Amino acid sequence: MIYFVAALSVGAVQAILQVPFLGPTYVHMLVVGWITQMIFGVAYWMFPKYSPETPRGNNTIAIATFVLLNTGLLVRVLAEPARAWRPDAVPGWPLAVAGVAQALAGVGFAINTWPRVKIR
Amino acid sequence: MSRVSAWFVRTSLCHLACGFAIGALMLANKGLLFAAWPWSLRGAHIEMLLMGWMVQMVMGVAIWIFPRFGMRQTSPDGAVTAWLAFGLLNSGVVLVCLGGPGPGVAAGRLLEIGAAACFAVHLWRRVSPAGIAPL
Repeated sequence: MIYFVAALSVGAVQAILQVPFLGPTYVHMLVVGWITQMIFGVAYWMFPKYSPETPRGNNTIAIATFVLLNTGLLVRVLAEPARAWRPDAVPGWPLAVAGVAQALAGVGFAINTWPRVKIR
Repeated sequence: MSRVSAWFVRTSLCHLACGFAIGALMLANKGLLFAAWPWSLRGAHIEMLLMGWMVQMVMGVAIWIFPRFGMRQTSPDGAVTAWLAFGLLNSGVVLVCLGGPGPGVAAGRLLEIGAAACFAVHLWRRVSPAGIAPL
């Protein structure tokens, strides 16, 4: 919900100030930070139980997924516009780190959710 | 959940992992500029995450969780429209991803329209205000 409000705020700033390099930031805050993270959270909460002992699957993977997704997205949100604005002053490697972190979060969510998708 | 819901959800998880991996490659390339070709994957990245992941996850969960009003989980008519939606949606996503500009994308979109129609037909009778019998 924080990303939802923040994304719309960035979208408003982009529209008012006419800064095209905020476009990818706005889209990814909305689609990854809000929609995808909401799906992750609701699926983690309401999908069928993995087992009576560990109903939500591997908790360590779930926490790692949350940390990786949000760290990756935050790094992207800061580094991408900064690099577009001052390409010489901001290095490119944080974008690579952000991409890898978010990809690992996606894989972590898929691994943790897969065994909870049970055919009855 | 029903077998068709499980297939929707598991396939959406595959699209999520692949779509995020492609996005990571594109973002890394934006920072490190190691090749020109990753940018050409942008269409596939968007299609896999929008239709393959989000839309497919929503469809799978809706088919699983919406009220059944006495329909059996394996009723033939319900299962056929849901399976058709699954097949058409994923064929459409693959065609759009591989199609590039032109008829491939158009054909993929047509398949996705068919998937949406089948999904609507499947779910229509399961949407009803509380206490009122479905049409």
